[in-house]
Amino acid sequence: MSSTHVDLSKRHAETPCFSPEKLAEAQKLMSLYPEGKHKSALIRILHMAEEEFGGWLSIETMDYVAGIVNIEPIEVYEVASFYTMFNLDPVGNYVFEVCRTGPCMLVGSDNLISYIENKLDIKVGETTKDGMFTLKTAECLGACGYAPMLQCGKKYHEHLTNEKVDELIAAYRSGELPK
Amino acid sequence: MVKVTIDDIQIEVEEGTSILNAARLIGGEVVPPAMCYYSKLPGTGGKCRTCLVEVAAGSEKDPRPMPKLVASCSTPVQDGMIVKNKTSEKVHTNRGAVVEFLLINHPLDCPVCDQAGECHLQDLGFEHGAEGTRYEEERRTFDPIDIGNKIKLHMNRCILCYRCVHVADQLTEKRVHGVLNRGEHTEISTYIEAAVENDFSGNMIDVCPVGALTDKTFRFKSRVWFLKPMEASCECTKCSGKTVVWMFGNEIYRVTARKDKYGEVEDQDGKAGWICNDCRFEKKDPAQWNIIGPRTINRHSVISQGKYSTARANTQKKIENGDK
Amino acid sequence: MARKLLLEHDSVPGIETFEVYKKHGGYLSVEKALKKMSPQEVVEEVQKSGLRGRGGAGFPTGMKWSFLAKPEGVPRYLLCNADESEPGTFKDRYLMEKLPHLLIEGMIVSSYALGANLSYIYIRGEYMWILDILEKAIDEAYAKGYLGKNILGSGFDLDLRVAPGGGAYICGEETALIESLEGKRGNPRMKPPFPAVKGLWGCPTVVNNVETLMAVVPIINEGGDEYAKIGIGKSTGTKLISAGGNLARPGVYELEMGLSVEEFIYGDDWCRGIANGKKLKACVPGGSSVPILPAHLVTKTAAGETRLMTYESLADGGFASGSMLGSGGFIIFDEDQCIVRNTWNFARFYAHESCGQCSPCREGTGWMEKVLNRLEHGQGNLRDIELLEEINKKIEGNTICPLGDAAAWPVAAAIRHFREEFEWHVSHREESQTRNYGLLKESLVG
Repeated sequence: MSSTHVDLSKRHAETPCFSPEKLAEAQKLMSLYPEGKHKSALIRILHMAEEEFGGWLSIETMDYVAGIVNIEPIEVYEVASFYTMFNLDPVGNYVFEVCRTGPCMLVGSDNLISYIENKLDIKVGETTKDGMFTLKTAECLGACGYAPMLQCGKKYHEHLTNEKVDELIAAYRSGELPK
Repeated sequence: MVKVTIDDIQIEVEEGTSILNAARLIGGEVVPPAMCYYSKLPGTGGKCRTCLVEVAAGSEKDPRPMPKLVASCSTPVQDGMIVKNKTSEKVHTNRGAVVEFLLINHPLDCPVCDQAGECHLQDLGFEHGAEGTRYEEERRTFDPIDIGNKIKLHMNRCILCYRCVHVADQLTEKRVHGVLNRGEHTEISTYIEAAVENDFSGNMIDVCPVGALTDKTFRFKSRVWFLKPMEASCECTKCSGKTVVWMFGNEIYRVTARKDKYGEVEDQDGKAGWICNDCRFEKKDPAQWNIIGPRTINRHSVISQGKYSTARANTQKKIENGDK
Repeated sequence: MARKLLLEHDSVPGIETFEVYKKHGGYLSVEKALKKMSPQEVVEEVQKSGLRGRGGAGFPTGMKWSFLAKPEGVPRYLLCNADESEPGTFKDRYLMEKLPHLLIEGMIVSSYALGANLSYIYIRGEYMWILDILEKAIDEAYAKGYLGKNILGSGFDLDLRVAPGGGAYICGEETALIESLEGKRGNPRMKPPFPAVKGLWGCPTVVNNVETLMAVVPIINEGGDEYAKIGIGKSTGTKLISAGGNLARPGVYELEMGLSVEEFIYGDDWCRGIANGKKLKACVPGGSSVPILPAHLVTKTAAGETRLMTYESLADGGFASGSMLGSGGFIIFDEDQCIVRNTWNFARFYAHESCGQCSPCREGTGWMEKVLNRLEHGQGNLRDIELLEEINKKIEGNTICPLGDAAAWPVAAAIRHFREEFEWHVSHREESQTRNYGLLKESLVG
C-alpha cells in the first residue's frame, strides 16, 4: 500500500456539469434540510454525480460537488473516500459487486467470484478491455437468504448459478438490461 | 463544584470538567497520558484510547462502577466519582495493549526521526510497551509527502490523532488536508498535491504527538537533545512573537511555540500561544530575536530523562544475575 | 405459534400502495394516536408492551424514548435506522420493500409520541431501489394528508424524508448514523453526550430500527398489554428472523418469541432443516457479531433445556455456552463448512468496516484478519491461536463504539468452541487447503 495520492492520468478532461434539471434536483435536496444544514445532502448528491459522470468520482467531479454544496474540496474527498460505494477510479459500464461475506460464502460466493473472473477474463478490481464490466466484491449486501448474489447499479441479482451469470452477462452485453 | 477522587487523591473541580483535566489539576503521576486530546483544540480526544481509566464509582448518587474503562479526556466527572489510573491493574494492562496497537504499524524509525527525544509515542512505548513485537505481518507503508514547502508528512508514523486537522479547521481559514479512507487504511493526506499556504499551518507540527509532521527547515539538522532551548520574542504583527528558539552555539536551528509539560502550547497574553509561519520558518537569524534566556523544558522524554542508562543498568544487572 | 403482526399482509398484491395498505387496516394507529391519545399515552403503551430494540441491542424502546431530552424551543428528531448491514440480516429490507407504509405509519405515531416534526429514514446506500419505494410511498402519504401540516386535523405536523448512506456498516451505530446523515464521514461520536441529549445537529434525537418502529403500529392498535402477552418474559411480541446459510428454506420469518430453535430450524412451517439433507454443524443466531454455537448448544442449552427464540434463552449460559438474539440474523452452517474460513471471513468484514478512528479497533481488527488469513491458508502456528485470543481481549471494551466488541466476539467464540479445528489447520497445513475439517464428533446432531 502506498499513499492514495491520485493517479493524475485518471481525470475527467472537462469539468463535469449537471444538466439544469439535475442541478435543480441537487438544490432541492439541499433545501429539504433545515437552514444551514444543507451539507447533509452531500452523500446523496455524490450518488447523483457518480451516476451522471461515468460511474465514478473524479477529482473534477468532487470539486464540482464541493462548489455546489459550498464546502472545501477536502471535505468531499474525506467523505467520498470513507464510503465504499463511491468509486474513486474509473469503472466499466456495468459494475458487478459480488457479496463475499459469511452467509453468501456458505452457499458458494467464492466459486461465483472465480466463475465471473474466468468468464470475463479479469480479476476482482479490474475492468474488461472493452470497458463493459468491472468486477468488485462487496461486504454483506443484505441478501443472505437469497445467496449467492451480486449487485449491479440499483439491481440485486440473487440465487445466482453459473448459468444465470452467463445469462446476466449476455443480457447486459445486448443492452436488454438497463444500467 | 464537584468532588472527584483520582488514585486516592480528592479534588474539587468545576462541573463538566473531564476526568483528564481534573487529574491535570492534581498533577504528577495520576495524570493519564493523552495522544489525541489537546485542550487548546476543541473537538479533539477520545480516539487514541491511551487515557483510558477505571471508574470504580460513577458518582455519589449512583456509586456503581462503570463496566468498561472510559476515555478520561472525554468523560466528565460526577460528584463523588472515584477514578483509578495508576492504581488500576486493568488500566495498566489495557494501556499496554493500546500502546501495542499504536506500535504494530509504526516504523520504529526513531534513529532517523526528528521527533525522537520529544516524542510522546516513544515515551509511552518506554513506559508501557513490550520489549519485542508480536506483529509478524507486513507493516502498512505510505510514501512521505510534502504539505506545502515547509512541512513534511510521514504517514507511516502517524497515529491518527486528528489534531492537525483541528488546527487546520480552527486556526487557518481554509483546510486542504484531512482524513481519507477508513479502517486501517485511514490516512492523513491532501489527496491531491495541495499546498498548505497559511500563516498558521506550521502549528500542525507543534501539535503532532509523533514525527508524522515535521519542520522541513529543521529536517535532519540535529537531534533535539543537542540543542539549547531559549525563550525568545520578537515584534510580530501576526502572532504574539513569543517562542522558543532552539540553538546550537550561536545558530538558531528551529523555532517552536512555548509548550507546557503536556506538550501543549502555553497561553501568551491571555490566549493560546500559537505562532505564525514567519516566526517559525523564516526567522533563523539570532539578530531577529530578543533572546530572553534558557527555557526550562519538561524533561518528560525518554532520552532526556536518562532512562536509557537506567534500562542499560537493569539489563546489565539481569546479565550479571544470569537471567535471559 | 405463527401469529403475524407485521407480515400479516405482506403477500397481498399491491400492499406497497397507499390504497391497498389502507384497505387492509393501514393507518388506523395514526387515527387512534393523533385523535384519541396524548403523546405521553403513546409512550406509555410502548413501555407497557415491553418492546425491545430490534436492531440488535435489545434495549427497551419505551425506556429509550423516556430518556429524550425536551428543552424548550429546540427541535427533536426521530431517525429510523435502515442501515441494515449486519451479516446475516435482511429483514428490514424485506419489510421496507413490501410494507413501506407500515414504516411510515410507525414513524408518524412514534414522531407524535416524541414530539418530532421532522423525521428521517437513513437507509443504506446499497438499498437505493428501496429508497425509491419509500419515497413513492411518502409522496402518497403526503397526498392523503398523513404527512405534512396538521395531519388529520390533529394539529400535529410531520415531514418525513429519506437519506441514503454510501456503503458503511458502521453507520448502523447510532452516532455514526447521525454523522453520516449530517453529510460527514461515519465516525461514531464519543458518548456522553448521548443522542437523546445531543444528536442530529446537536438536538435531542431518538434512533430506532425499522422493525422496532413498525412494531409500534400493532402496539397502538391492540394496546401495549395485548402485545406483551405474546412471547415469554422480557421477550415480548413477534420478531422478524432473517434465516440464511445452509438451510433448506432460508428467508424472512416472523415468529412469536418463544418458538423453539429446533422447531424454527426443522419445522415444516419454518426453515425445514439443513439444506441437501446435511447435518447441522453450527449456528450464529443473531447476526455475525454474536457468538457462534456448536450444534450441541443450538437446540439445547448447556443445562439441557430447550433453547428458545428469545433474548434470554439464546443468551443462556453467557458467552461460555450461549449467544444472543441480536438482530435476528440466523446463520446455519452445515457439516461441510470450515469454521476457520468463516471466522477469517467475518474478521475481514470487521476490518473492512472499522471506521479507523480509535486505535484498538483500527489496528486490532486488521491484525486479527491477517493472522486468521494465515491460519486459513495453512501458514499459521499454534501461538497464533493464543495471539488471537489476546488481541480480541484487548480490543473488547476499549473502543469508542461497539464495533470493536462485535469484531472480537466471533473470533473468541469460534476459538472457544472449535479450537480443535483451528489446531488442525496448523497441524495439517496442506490438507487444510484441500479438505474441510468437517463435523466435530461431539457436536453431532441428527
